[in-house]
Amino acid sequence: MADLILKGVAKSYGDVNVLNDINLDIETGELIVFVGPSGCGKSTLLRMVAGLEKISGGTFTIDGQVMNDVPPSQRGIAMVFQTYALYPHMTVRDNMAFALNIAGKSKAEIDEAVNGAAEKLQLKEYLDRLPKALSGGQRQRVAIGRAIVRDPKVYLFDEPLSNLDAALRVATRIEIAQLKEQMPDSTMIYVTHDQVEAMTLASRIVVLANKGIAQVGTPLELYERPNSEFVAQFIGSPQMNLLAGEIVETGAQTRVQTDQGGGTIVSDYPSNADDQGARVRVGIRPEDMVVTDSADFAYEGKVAITEALGEVTLLYFEAATGQDPVIGKRPGVHSDDRHKTLRMSAPPEKVHVFRDGVSLHYR
Amino acid sequence: MSPLVQGAITIFVGVFGCVGYFYAANLLLDKVIYPAKGPNIGRNINRANAIRPWLFLLPAILALSIYLVYPVIGSLIRSMYNRAGNEFIGLGNYTSLAGDPEFQTALINNALWALVVPAAATFFGLVVAQLTDRLSWGNIAKSLIFMPMAISFVGASLIWKFVYAGDPDIGIINAIRDGMGLDPLDPLQLPFWNNFFLMVILVWIQTGFAMVILSAALRGVPEDTIEAAIIDGAGPFRVFFRIKVPQIMGTIVVVWTTITILVLKVFDIVYTMTGGNFGTEILPSYMMSFMFRDDGRATAVAVVIMIVVLPVMIWNIRQAQKEMR
Ligand SMILES: Nc1ncnc2c1ncn2[C@@H]1O[C@H](COP(=O)(O)OP(=O)(O)O)[C@@H](O)[C@H]1O
Ligand SMILES: [Mg+2]
Repeated sequence: MADLILKGVAKSYGDVNVLNDINLDIETGELIVFVGPSGCGKSTLLRMVAGLEKISGGTFTIDGQVMNDVPPSQRGIAMVFQTYALYPHMTVRDNMAFALNIAGKSKAEIDEAVNGAAEKLQLKEYLDRLPKALSGGQRQRVAIGRAIVRDPKVYLFDEPLSNLDAALRVATRIEIAQLKEQMPDSTMIYVTHDQVEAMTLASRIVVLANKGIAQVGTPLELYERPNSEFVAQFIGSPQMNLLAGEIVETGAQTRVQTDQGGGTIVSDYPSNADDQGARVRVGIRPEDMVVTDSADFAYEGKVAITEALGEVTLLYFEAATGQDPVIGKRPGVHSDDRHKTLRMSAPPEKVHVFRDGVSLHYR
Repeated sequence: MSPLVQGAITIFVGVFGCVGYFYAANLLLDKVIYPAKGPNIGRNINRANAIRPWLFLLPAILALSIYLVYPVIGSLIRSMYNRAGNEFIGLGNYTSLAGDPEFQTALINNALWALVVPAAATFFGLVVAQLTDRLSWGNIAKSLIFMPMAISFVGASLIWKFVYAGDPDIGIINAIRDGMGLDPLDPLQLPFWNNFFLMVILVWIQTGFAMVILSAALRGVPEDTIEAAIIDGAGPFRVFFRIKVPQIMGTIVVVWTTITILVLKVFDIVYTMTGGNFGTEILPSYMMSFMFRDDGRATAVAVVIMIVVLPVMIWNIRQAQKEMR
């Protein structure tokens, strides 16, 4: 039951400014994911919410109450750390009971909470073990259990899956999604640098970059209508192709002539008359690329490498050294595309246009 | 020959002797005994590598045998002979020790030392380590507290002789008494309590040692567990005693036992301060009082000390090994 509001929140370490003017409303029951490249301040922002870092500027409220100077234990939050942060000298049971003991709960209440959480997380048989006798996935479940028993208003996760191997990461990700399903009223903030985790878990994603928020939106909003080249390339894998070109036709739809190949392509993004002739970059996701024969196309090039993954084939086109190759994705197996020269196009609704790094859609 | 030149020659011979030994021994092994060529090259290399560790260990094993094992056995034998060393008297020295009230005092005092000094030094070291970590001038405080470690026990005793001096113009205790209008007294002659005044000196010296080791251990406690505890609602005391201390328990035990072993060896402080008088005798100083007068008895005391130290030492080594894993 918690609305979290960040207003103009900033963070500096001495003279070093790390985050600037963060404005964000988080509603009860949301699962918000902070993503961004390493070092962009995701953990810092989360730790300010937790109360582990001082907030250097702005205000942060939970349910209308200013939290800037409230100690962490009184914010109604619980946190799950990347390194699990279990107390190594305590059994699983004691790890989960620690907070409740401090809060002075009765023995019966504590037992009920711990057993309930252990049930939920399939930890019943391990309650009397020390953390070192558990696998990575089990440890992370204990860490989650430690959060659950406290019945917090807000759950904070800082890259909880980064220390797990790939298979376990998927399994635990699904468990977290199910957990959220079971607790529709609790608010969760989840930090990750992995955009797949962000896409699969989030009700809304906050993309952080350059000391601030680049874009906030549902996963599909960010995927379908990124507001900048940065967000466009950060969300989605392989990343979106960006092709330099020039606007040749404006209006409700925009037509761009790309430099390489000289073809023109239409986007559903609107443009103004004074955009005519402007230098822009066209963004097309590899999965939206289609092979075409027509004179309307975005790119023409020779396929340097193909990667057949079974259900799709990735085409890496030849690129000048130092430049990212244009990548196409075709359903099915197309290993014989190698060394062919192909003309690639995309439907208008899948063609993004960025002027000075900013999407025309959001101007 | 001047002692300086002698020292230089000793160092030179020692260092190059070692280098020469290892070089020659390895050469012999690799080129002559099991040469890395010929039809048996694989077998030869394996054998040479199996033997090599022993080449490196040999000097240490020899030195330890000569300077440790032999004296221990020698002491055991000597402790069963009479004062002059010419008549075997079995356990005679031990039975007469057991009947000597002075020895009993020494044993009891020593037990007291072994309990109080390690406990106090470890406790103060731990507290200082925690507190100085949060101060901007913590490192200066640490250096000051560590400094007594660099002073010899005799030197430290001399310093504390001043502290305990009877003249109120010199001794701080009597200065305080003087300030309160009390007559001066000699703290070192107060029965029973004088033991503690002597222990203070060793605590003063060893707190620095405990502090340095425990400070490093405290820094090794994962920051995450502390933050998790803070979020769980733990205050500073709980974080310290329930989260940090249990995580460095292994190190605490090692520090504790290391100081215990030291305590069971130190005689300098008692010897310098009271000479074992006024009921302050401990085993090592008691042993010293017999040395050269009745070597049979002195070695018997030495054996007793060794037997007392042994279990502590074994525990210490076990803990230290566990820590390293
Ligand atoms: N204690 C600190 N002092 C100075 N700079 C810090 C401190 N902690 C983090 N930073 C800086 O803040 C930035 C954001 O860090 P962090 O929030 O950990 O990034 P992320 O979690 O997104 O990878 C980094 O550039 C880091 O160098
Ligand atoms: Mg981080």
